[in-house]
Amino acid sequence: MKLYNTRAVRLLRLVIRSVTKAPQVTIPLFLVLAAIGIAASVYVVFYVAPLEYSYNEAGKLNGSSLFFNQKIFFFHVAHAFWLFGAVFMAGVSSILFLTDRDPVWDDIASAATDVAVAFGAVVLLTGSIWGKAAWDVWWQWEPRLTMSLLLWLVLVGYVLVRRFAGPSADRVAAGMAIFGMVGVPFIYKMVGNDSHPAAGTDGVVATLGPGMRVPFWLSVAGFLFWYLALVIIRVQSTIAEREVRELRERGLDLGVLQ
Amino acid sequence: MAMFRQAARVAWKDLRIELRSREIVYTMVFFGALLVVIYSFAFPHEPRAVRGSVPGMLWVALAFTGTIGLGRAFDRERENDTMRALLLAPVPRLAVFLGKAMSTTALVLAVAVVCTPLLALFLDAPLFAYPGPMILIVVLGAIGISVTGSVFAATLLKVRSRDVLLPVILYPLLVPLFVAGTSCTAALVAEIPNFDAAWYWIHFLGIYDAAFLVLSIWVFESLVIE
Repeated sequence: MKLYNTRAVRLLRLVIRSVTKAPQVTIPLFLVLAAIGIAASVYVVFYVAPLEYSYNEAGKLNGSSLFFNQKIFFFHVAHAFWLFGAVFMAGVSSILFLTDRDPVWDDIASAATDVAVAFGAVVLLTGSIWGKAAWDVWWQWEPRLTMSLLLWLVLVGYVLVRRFAGPSADRVAAGMAIFGMVGVPFIYKMVGNDSHPAAGTDGVVATLGPGMRVPFWLSVAGFLFWYLALVIIRVQSTIAEREVRELRERGLDLGVLQ
Repeated sequence: MAMFRQAARVAWKDLRIELRSREIVYTMVFFGALLVVIYSFAFPHEPRAVRGSVPGMLWVALAFTGTIGLGRAFDRERENDTMRALLLAPVPRLAVFLGKAMSTTALVLAVAVVCTPLLALFLDAPLFAYPGPMILIVVLGAIGISVTGSVFAATLLKVRSRDVLLPVILYPLLVPLFVAGTSCTAALVAEIPNFDAAWYWIHFLGIYDAAFLVLSIWVFESLVIE
């Protein structure tokens, strides 16, 4: 299968090469955009967006009103978005690594997973706080929670494999990323009913109040740039590590180094 | 068709070695039996509690013995340095993979054949009330464990800490399989058996096995290179 020779993959590789070839431009750019986006979303979330509450037909406050607790939603969902973005990125890069054998795909998959572990920890922690406020339990076995947890376990396993599996770690890890990505829908299907605020056209994002959409998308955009900056920094450091190792080996061969 | 004949030959080679030494099968089955004995001490015996916990016992035993069997089945190739010979054999890699997966499935099923009656005997659990769906779900589970397990056991062959890494990799990926297995078993041993739920999980596991089998066939060749 000549997957790596299709036009889409060539274009993708060109984009990635140009992004990673000029890190001195892209990293500060993304970091500045992330800082602006996150700062703006923090401001809008806490000072502009309305508190979340509603009245029932009798004119009394609804018991499900969350007030200030609802603010964590903006950061929780933004992290969850890019957690799944990172898992998808790692899975696709791993497929490309196995067909193409270009180490840059492996670097990207590994960097995306490292960042995804951190984002996943944020998702689980903020989700747990939300759960305590909204459902009065710290943890509930419902699909998206379970899916995030299991996905996070796969990601932690991936990081352990990379760290401890030695020379063939890249292939083992690539297999794990692909299997993990394919497993996601099964995990989602597997656990009973969903007590999350619904997604989709009539779901929570689409039915957000008018004052809540702007902070939501600001936060999503801010954390997107933060995520991209982290991935690029990680890829750069992996490349630098490899170069140092190769230089050291050359130095040893030439007898310059001890 | 030739492919399946070659795969069966690889599987038969493994099973014949096994039938002569009986090393893996004896240790796996004995380990499974020990697990069952430990369960009988560790968990309560009231009939109601047993109905709740026996599905978990069965599937945890299959998971533990499955990883042990997988590790040993591939270690044998490494110790005798025969993995290269196997990969060099004039058959497609796919046949090698399918053969390995088949022989491991047979080993996991051997454990199930011993552990399930033992659980039923020691804990007085009604595991054989509906043998048809029960056998089906255990066979599907054994296939799933062996297929995914063979891919990763083969890739970990040259890795030093493979004994620890195999479950670290396998268990998160196999969680849907264990959930399907335990839910189906629980539906069958419940006081009022729920056949709709049981068949739902059998279908679920069938689709899961099919998806991971296709995926394994696709990645095995690129993952296992010597």
